[in-house]
Amino acid sequence: MDKMLIVSANPHIRDKSSVTKIMHTVNLTLMPAVFASWWFFGFKAIILILVAVVSCVITEAAIQKFRKKPVTVSDGSAILTGILLGFNVPANVPWWIVALGSFFAIAIAKQAFGGLGFNIFNPALIGRAFMVASWPVQMTSNTYWTEPGTGKTMDAISSATPLNLVKTALKDGGTKETIDILADKGVTYWDLFVGNVSGCIGETSFLALLIGVIVLIALGLVNWRVPLFYIGTVFVLTWLMGYDPVFHILAGGLALGAFYMATDMVTSPISNKGNIIFAIGLGLFTVAIRIWGGYPEGVSYSILLMNCTVPLINKFTVPKKFSYIKPQKA
Amino acid sequence: MKHTFKGGYHPPDGKSFSEKMPIEKMPAPKIAAIHLHQHIGAPSKATVAVGDEVKIGQPLSEAGGFVSVPVHASISGKVKAIAKITDAAGIKSDAVVIENDGKEEMFEGVGVKVEYSGFSADAIKKKIAEAGIVGMGGARFPTHVKLSPPAEKKIDYIILNGVECEPYLTADDRLMQESPDTIIEGMKLMMKVVNAPNGIIGIEKNKPASIKIMQEKTASEKNIKVIELEVKYPQGGEKQLIAAAVGKEVPSGGLPMDVGVVVSNVGTANAVYEAVALNKPFYERVVSVTGESINNPKNVLARIGTPTTELIEFAGGVKEDVYKIINGGPMMGAAMYALDAPVHKGTSGILCLSKTNAAVYEEHPCISCGKCVSVCPMKLLPTDIQLNVQHGKYEEAEKLGILDCMLCGTCAYVCPAKRNLVHYFNVGKAKIAEMKRKK
Repeated sequence: MDKMLIVSANPHIRDKSSVTKIMHTVNLTLMPAVFASWWFFGFKAIILILVAVVSCVITEAAIQKFRKKPVTVSDGSAILTGILLGFNVPANVPWWIVALGSFFAIAIAKQAFGGLGFNIFNPALIGRAFMVASWPVQMTSNTYWTEPGTGKTMDAISSATPLNLVKTALKDGGTKETIDILADKGVTYWDLFVGNVSGCIGETSFLALLIGVIVLIALGLVNWRVPLFYIGTVFVLTWLMGYDPVFHILAGGLALGAFYMATDMVTSPISNKGNIIFAIGLGLFTVAIRIWGGYPEGVSYSILLMNCTVPLINKFTVPKKFSYIKPQKA
Repeated sequence: MKHTFKGGYHPPDGKSFSEKMPIEKMPAPKIAAIHLHQHIGAPSKATVAVGDEVKIGQPLSEAGGFVSVPVHASISGKVKAIAKITDAAGIKSDAVVIENDGKEEMFEGVGVKVEYSGFSADAIKKKIAEAGIVGMGGARFPTHVKLSPPAEKKIDYIILNGVECEPYLTADDRLMQESPDTIIEGMKLMMKVVNAPNGIIGIEKNKPASIKIMQEKTASEKNIKVIELEVKYPQGGEKQLIAAAVGKEVPSGGLPMDVGVVVSNVGTANAVYEAVALNKPFYERVVSVTGESINNPKNVLARIGTPTTELIEFAGGVKEDVYKIINGGPMMGAAMYALDAPVHKGTSGILCLSKTNAAVYEEHPCISCGKCVSVCPMKLLPTDIQLNVQHGKYEEAEKLGILDCMLCGTCAYVCPAKRNLVHYFNVGKAKIAEMKRKK
């Protein structure tokens, strides 16, 4: 035979998975939430998501070109960062803030660390933190939140987020039940569940995000322990502290954070045990920030905080080896 | 009860190519190159010289120590050379090259039935050692050494490994269906050697014909049972098989005998029988010549030393799309570049794979998905070990248990970033061994 054969290390067969497939699958599962953002906040929301995606992709390609590295934007990870970052802004935010946030997310949080697989923090959340720190008014003040359903017209009605409402009401010495505070504004649990409330464009619909994450769990791309223990911790803590646990689960960015941000493979621990510790930590920080912190919402900061602990968690949760026997001390 | 282990993964098994093909005896090769070192342990020392006439089954060498076995002539003819020949792993080492005289003469006493019922344990063990028998599953550890536990280690079980979890391979499956009696007899001989009261035959559930025949043949034996194992790679790993069959974990760095078990491949059991009852040394074995890129997949009985090219020709030659040819299974076998490399005692298969299945991928950065961790049958952290090896931190890799790794390749199979984990583990193990030698 005169044909050259290939020689390489075993195994000689590989499954058909790839990083690119994983990233694009995650992107696809975000489509229900993209749809929800359009449904509740209008075309504007889609524009913002697109601005974020395009900025992320261009930033990544430009940096890789500049550094004379292979351009890997087709792997879908920059698109994913873009979608998640776009989800994390109010519908009325100016587009250039989103573009700058995207640039920061990719350039600083991802590429400066070495690109995909080497980043310590979730890039989209670093982008959000950067935007909140730089343009706090546009990112958090009530005038930039949009009443769902009104965004489709030019003169969107601004409206505080449910978490904002409740926090303000409690600060003012209100003793009313959470659901009553919301009821005053005409918001029900059902509205919170489907996403018919004010908030960041991709975070409000618990339902749409849930559909996506169920697909990811079924495909084995998300470790179910993270959302379960994260949301579980928030539920138990808020309940024990006398707050409304259902409200705290459905409101704000918990679903987006627990389903898509905390489960980011690169920035979460490796072992199951590690992931459980990570998720409980997330729940603790989120509740602490929501209840005692200055911000009404704590999901993004708690994920960034817990991202720092991942190497440490990995170090302390090395699985027990098969039939490993502890060396006897002499 | 489900018999299995934690972790693992089931790749598409590709067994349909050859599982229905009866074992065919291959014609003897014109030239056989028989390596002096085709087992774990010290190389054997040649006892023949160039120009000597040898007959089938005649010893060509003597063991080079306790952990060593001789090799035997697989054809009759003249010793043409004792030279460095490239083996299946691509390494050049000394081999006895015999030119076939076409007479097919047997060495004195080889193949003659022996009345062995009165043999003592030591006599059987001596026969096994002299016949050059090594583990036929692929690791090629001398069988007589396995059967020599220190006096304080009591052996409760002989476990026969009929799992054949490697995709594509069907040699053991065919042998179990075609020679069940000799396998069981070989097992009984091994039980006698180590005075083991029980025998277990472990077979994966995807071989119903083998399970059925083994169950029938052992129905009257109270102390031998057949266990059906879940279909999952690497169920045939020695430690995984023991965990599944008797629920015991072999300690890290230990041997099966530490938990009172000796594991042996079904082919080895057959060879033990032939060595003791027929006075036939190990000079031929069943090889699956299979894969999507060979014209007529077959199971063949091939002489040790037969060039791989002859097996391929016997199976109708390769198809146009052949991309990789592997000695052994697709998960742990060695990719070959020299096709004249001879069949050795551990050659369970010659696989001809196309690019569709055996594509070589570009490596991407690890995204910490944790899949390798969830499938590792030894419960290690493949990704961490790999990164430590890549950065030269061998001590760290050792702490993480690289020496427990058996190179099964399950981690690399599932890795979405297509990282060549096993390659790094090989490097790491070699470096650590080197460091230990220097100390």
